[in-house]
Amino acid sequence: MSEKSREFRIRPQSDWLWIDWRGVLSYRDLIVLLVRRDFVSKYKQTVLGPAWAVVTPIVTAFVFAQVFAKVLKVSTDGVPPSLFYLCGLLGWNYFNQTLTATSNTLRGNYAIFSKVYFPRLVTPLATAISNLAAAGVQLATFFIVFTVAVTSLPEMEARPTWWVLTLPLMFLHLSLLALGGGLLLSAITAKYRDFQHVAPFILNLLMYVTPVIYPMSQIPEKWRWLASINPVAPVVEAFRAVLLGTPSFNLSYYGLSLGLTMVIFVLGVGFYQKLARDFVDYA
Amino acid sequence: MGKPIIEINGISKCYRLGQFGFSSFREESEKFFQRLRGKKVEKSTARDFWALRDISFSVEPGEVVGIIGRNGAGKSTLLKILSRITEPSHGEILLRGRVASLLEVGTGFHPELSGRENIFLNGAILGMTKSEIARKFDEIVAFAEIDKFIDTPVKRYSSGMYVKLAFAVAAHLEPEILIVDEVLAVGDAAFQRKSIGRMKEVSRQGRTVLFVSHNLGLVRNLCSRGILIRDGEVACDGPVATALSEYASNSGQTGKRTPRAGEEFLLQEVRVLDDEGGASGVVICGKPFTIEVRCVRPHEASGFYLRILDSDGSTVAVLNSAFAGDGDTPGSDWISVHRCCVELLNLVPGNYNIDAELWLPMGCVDRWQNATTLTIGDGLVAGRLAKSDRAFGMTILPHRWIAPASSDENSSS
Repeated sequence: MSEKSREFRIRPQSDWLWIDWRGVLSYRDLIVLLVRRDFVSKYKQTVLGPAWAVVTPIVTAFVFAQVFAKVLKVSTDGVPPSLFYLCGLLGWNYFNQTLTATSNTLRGNYAIFSKVYFPRLVTPLATAISNLAAAGVQLATFFIVFTVAVTSLPEMEARPTWWVLTLPLMFLHLSLLALGGGLLLSAITAKYRDFQHVAPFILNLLMYVTPVIYPMSQIPEKWRWLASINPVAPVVEAFRAVLLGTPSFNLSYYGLSLGLTMVIFVLGVGFYQKLARDFVDYA
Repeated sequence: MGKPIIEINGISKCYRLGQFGFSSFREESEKFFQRLRGKKVEKSTARDFWALRDISFSVEPGEVVGIIGRNGAGKSTLLKILSRITEPSHGEILLRGRVASLLEVGTGFHPELSGRENIFLNGAILGMTKSEIARKFDEIVAFAEIDKFIDTPVKRYSSGMYVKLAFAVAAHLEPEILIVDEVLAVGDAAFQRKSIGRMKEVSRQGRTVLFVSHNLGLVRNLCSRGILIRDGEVACDGPVATALSEYASNSGQTGKRTPRAGEEFLLQEVRVLDDEGGASGVVICGKPFTIEVRCVRPHEASGFYLRILDSDGSTVAVLNSAFAGDGDTPGSDWISVHRCCVELLNLVPGNYNIDAELWLPMGCVDRWQNATTLTIGDGLVAGRLAKSDRAFGMTILPHRWIAPASSDENSSS
C-alpha cells in the first residue's frame, strides 16, 4: 500500500476546530489494535474474564432493587425493579465508563504521546469503541434476564417496541456525549491538575440527577425541564422507552439533549486538539 | 534534482519556565481581561526560554544527516517538532513524504500482550498498516531472534529480548523520511552490530535519515552531512567531518585549568587529528592518529605529558615526550606546534578525554584537564571488528590464532 508522498506542513497553532479525519482514517488499523489491547489486557489473567461485564451490572441491579425499590419504595413505572435498573444502568454505565476513561487520555498516554505522533483522537475513539463491547455484553444480559422475566411473570406488561432498532443511534449519541465531556475534562486536567479530583465527583453526583435509580415520571411535571437539561437524562429514559415500552419518552427533551451533545462534543474535541498539540511541553 | 524533501524555515521554540498551576491560571485570566480591554499583552517575559531560535535548513532526498550538539542544545526539541510531537512557536516546516520517527524503542508495548500482538500494536503506533506489518512479520521475528517466544507475553521476556523485539519492529519501518534519536544502543554487541548494519542498509536504500546521537563515531560512520546545534542555533552545517571538528573545537575549551597566578597559559591548543588530518576529534579504531599540541615553549628541556582518560576518569594511556623514543624529533621554537603520532590506535572504541601537561625540570608549569576529547569510532584492529562495548575490555591486542598442525589428525585416527 504505497501511499503517494504527500506534502505536510508543520506550523504553530493551526485552526483548532480542524479535525484530521483523513489522518484518523489512515490509522484505523491502530484503532482496531488498541480496542483489542484494551479488551485483552482488561480480562487477561482474570478467572471470569469477560464474564465480569455480566456480573457487575447484575449485582448492581440486584442491590439497587433491594435498596431503592424494596426499602425506599421508589417507583419503577410498573416494571420489575431488576429489569428497570438493568436497563437504566445499560446506558449510564457506558456513558460513565467512557467518560472516565477518556478524561484521562492526555495524562494517561503521556509516555506514548511524548515519543510518537499519531492523530491524538485515535486513543479516545478506541476507548469509546472498546467500551461498546462491554455494553454489548450487558445488552445481551438484559435480554436474557428479560426472557426469564417474561416466562416467570406472565402478568408483566413491559415489552420492547420496534424503536429498539434505533438503539445503535442512542449508543452513538452517548458516545459523542461521553467523548466530548471526557476530552474536555482531559484537556482541563492536563493543564490544571485540580480537575482530576473533579471528574469522578461530578460523575457521582450526575448519576443522582439522571433517572437511573428512579423514573423521570417521579419528578414533578413543572421541574422536568430542569432535569432534562442534563443531557444524559433523556437518553437513559429513551433506553427504557424502547426496551421496556415505558411511556416516558419526550421528543423535545431528547432534541435538547442532542443539541447539547453536539455543543459539548465540538467544544471537547476542539479543546482537546488544541491542547494535544503541545501538552508534552508542560505535562 | 527535485525539491528538498524537508524544508525548515525559521523554526523557533519557546518554553515557559516555572510551574503551571494556580499562578498561571491567575496570570492567564489577567491577560485575558487585559486583552478584552484592548491592551497589548507583552508576549515575552523573563521566564521564557528559547530552546530553538530561527533554525533553517533543508534536506535533499536520500541525504543522511547527523545532528550533533551538547546536551540541552536543542537537538531533541528539533526532533520533537519534526515528528509532530510538539509544535514550533514560530516558523514552518514542509515535509514531502511519510515520516516515521524513532525517539524511543518499544513505545506502546503492552506487557500483557504476546510478542506477536505487540509487533502489530507497536508497528501501528509507528504508522504502519496492518497489511504492511503482516508482510514483514517473519522478517521482524527473524531479526529479533525471538521466534520461540513469539506467543509469550512480553512481560516474561528478558530485558534484552524486549529491546531486540522493539528495535526489530522499528528497523522495518519504510518511510521516506526516518528520524532517529539514539536508539541504536540496545542489545548485546552482536545485536548492535546488526542494528548498525540495518541503519546503513536503510540509508543506502535512498531514504532520507535524520540521525541524532552522542556517539560521534557512529555519526561519522553513517552520515554524509552534519549539522551542529549550539544554544538552539545552527552553528555549523556541512560535511560531517567539518561539523564534528567544529563540535570538537568548541567543547575542548571547557576543560578546567589550574593557572599559576600571574602567568599566562603556556599550553594553547590541543587537538586530535585523524588519519586524514581532519580535526574532528573523531578517529577510527585501528587507524593511526595524531595529537597536536600548540604551546608557548619556554625552555628546550621542557616536556609534554599527555594523558588519555576513559569516561570513568581512569588513565588508560600516557604519552610522554620526556622519555625519548626512536622517532622523536626535538624542536626549539618559542611558539611551536608539536605532534605526537600514534601508529595504531588500539583502545576500545568510546569517548575519552585528554589531559595535557607541560613540564620543566623544576616541575609542572601548566596543567590542562580535559584539554580535548578523543572519540574513537568502531573499526578494525588486525582484521577484527572493535566495538564500543566495555565487555571487550579497554584495549585491543592485535593477535592471531594458530590451529594445531596436522598432528591431531594422527592422534584421532
